[in-house]
Amino acid sequence: MAKVTVRWFAMLRERRGTDTEIVSIEEGATAEAVYARLCPDEASGGLKVGYAVNEAMVPGGTALSDGDEVVFLPPVGGG
Amino acid sequence: MFALTHDPIDVAAVTAAATRPEFGAVLVFLGVTRDSFEGREVTELAYEAYEPMAVAALQAIGDEIAERWPGAATAIVHRLGVVPVSEPTVVIATGTPHRAACYEANRYAIEALKERVPIWKKEIYADGSAWKANAPAADG
Repeated sequence: MAKVTVRWFAMLRERRGTDTEIVSIEEGATAEAVYARLCPDEASGGLKVGYAVNEAMVPGGTALSDGDEVVFLPPVGGG
Repeated sequence: MFALTHDPIDVAAVTAAATRPEFGAVLVFLGVTRDSFEGREVTELAYEAYEPMAVAALQAIGDEIAERWPGAATAIVHRLGVVPVSEPTVVIATGTPHRAACYEANRYAIEALKERVPIWKKEIYADGSAWKANAPAADG
């Protein structure tokens, strides 16, 4: 097992009830698989997120490693 | 200057950051909180950001502008936290030697920001609230 730090924003932060969480994952699990596991309602409900690992945007199929900081970015609304 | 702030934005400071002696044009765009959405009264808006990535994304927009419009300067400050209606949430200043490029560069900056900078907005109504994603440019 590996541990990653997930930071939550916007509706996902409200849904999880916290802004930061340490999550255990299978070594090599992909960002999109972890999102689908942690947020099944949002993932199946069509909330399209972007994936950031260690402050860089990555494809959803990117494998996560122990110690990564992961963010699932909801559609943005700045400006 | 590429920054996020929880305080009211200092428009003069953002303007000064995109002003150079060789510029004949400096344009300042204010994105301001609106008081209604589809007929519902908006009482206030709340913004949050993935701060390190948001600042890097603002800087990247400035770099892209400097490449597309050589010599252009850009400064962008976005506000976070609760913002009352009619106050600026974002200030974008662009400066260029001539005005045509200045308008183009400033428009580029706000459209790029609304498309990809990791900042989120919650609209708070008299009777509820909702997280709002940006619409495509034509509707924005």
